[in-house]
Amino acid sequence: MIALIDYGAGNLRSVHKALLHVGASVRLAKEAAELRDAKAVVLPGVGAFDDCINALRRQELLAAVRDFIHGGAPFLGICVGYQALFEASDEFNSSSAGLGVFAGRVVRFSGVGGCKVPQIGWNEVSQTRPECPLFRGVPDGSHFYFVHSYYPRPADTSIIAGQTTYGETFASAVWRNNVFATQFHPEKSQEVGLRLLRNFVEFVSNRR
Amino acid sequence: MLAKRIIPCLDVHDGQVTRGVKFGRAEAGELRNVGDPVALALEYNRQGADEMVFYDITASAHERRTMVEVIEQVASQCFMPLTVGGGIRRVEDMHRMLRAGADKVSINSAALATPDLIRAGAERFGSQCIVVSIDARRVAPDRWEVFSHGGRKPTGLEAVAWARRAVDLGAGEIVLNSIDADGTKAGYDLEITRRVSEAVGVPVVASGGAGRLEHLADVLLTGKADAVLAASIFHFGEFTVADVKEFLAARGVPVRRLGTGSAGAT
Repeated sequence: MIALIDYGAGNLRSVHKALLHVGASVRLAKEAAELRDAKAVVLPGVGAFDDCINALRRQELLAAVRDFIHGGAPFLGICVGYQALFEASDEFNSSSAGLGVFAGRVVRFSGVGGCKVPQIGWNEVSQTRPECPLFRGVPDGSHFYFVHSYYPRPADTSIIAGQTTYGETFASAVWRNNVFATQFHPEKSQEVGLRLLRNFVEFVSNRR
Repeated sequence: MLAKRIIPCLDVHDGQVTRGVKFGRAEAGELRNVGDPVALALEYNRQGADEMVFYDITASAHERRTMVEVIEQVASQCFMPLTVGGGIRRVEDMHRMLRAGADKVSINSAALATPDLIRAGAERFGSQCIVVSIDARRVAPDRWEVFSHGGRKPTGLEAVAWARRAVDLGAGEIVLNSIDADGTKAGYDLEITRRVSEAVGVPVVASGGAGRLEHLADVLLTGKADAVLAASIFHFGEFTVADVKEFLAARGVPVRRLGTGSAGAT
């Protein structure tokens, strides 16, 4: 069973439906106790970094998610759920500390080259680490759906699994051990997105 | 590279997709019936549409319930971005549509009547959720005026100024619909699309007037739109989404094509 963190994220339902569609057994988790027997955790998110972190803290899920990740079980963060893995964000002079699983900050697009912010739409993900289990069967350079004004800048570049260029080149997917995260929305990326989610679900179930 | 988006637009009236000519009024019977919204959405999903927009073009209380059901059904089968417009007047209406599975809500007359609705929606759900749709008509060689209520009521506002204000209030995207071009199949209004696109820092979606494939290329290249909305050319089977993308790719427009790993631009 995969625990899908329910803290009021806008894309919760879409992620839920997409996970069910690819054959996952999913529990919506609103409190820490619901993570205990989960085989994996998925953290969705759309919108603001602080809203996400503060909601997780209010529901006493912030520490629980951090403990879950440190325990070594598989984790998938999506969009703001990806950004939350980092230490802090520049968004709205954010004062919230993130999960701090990865070192680095979440920064805003500079708008270089006349790029409009937010980035809304389908952009290519070039697989810098094609061996990442999420990319199995996903052609390199596939388009995924993005909606965001901010992105994380990992201090340790070896965790970057995929990169995307929108004026500047940024880490659109990261992977370290059992922790996976994407800036794009696999739940909104049609076939390639569903494939990526199926890969995660299979990665979880193959882990005995 | 970020792909230009091709967005089929489904006008839903009484649970069915319809198509009017020049802002045809549903109650005047000026609409052609096109089909079942869920079936059409599935077909466009299969063709590789980048997004879909559903407009509730009557938006009575009864209709809104129908629309929620349509969105719920589409969202459970199409894993792609969905926008809903029509009859959204309060933050609670936005919430209902987002909960049903929409990713964005599009507001038009309600934003004109209460501009603060844009800010309230953006604060609650994020700017990326809030699309402001603008119906503009050219009233002088150098002036486009904003109309409300399905293009029937002049507002006195100038289109570029209103687009700027909407973005300042928190709109994450602008849909620009030309009343003059809508339903004519004579091409988008390139001039006002370009002016709005250059004036705002958020994506602009061009709407109204698509008849030939060149029209889509023109509004993306000359009109500087980030995406195109089209209805008739898809609904009546003239072109598939894949046809459109093949044509655009040959013209050097970056598009997302199914079954290829890289951008369609050649």
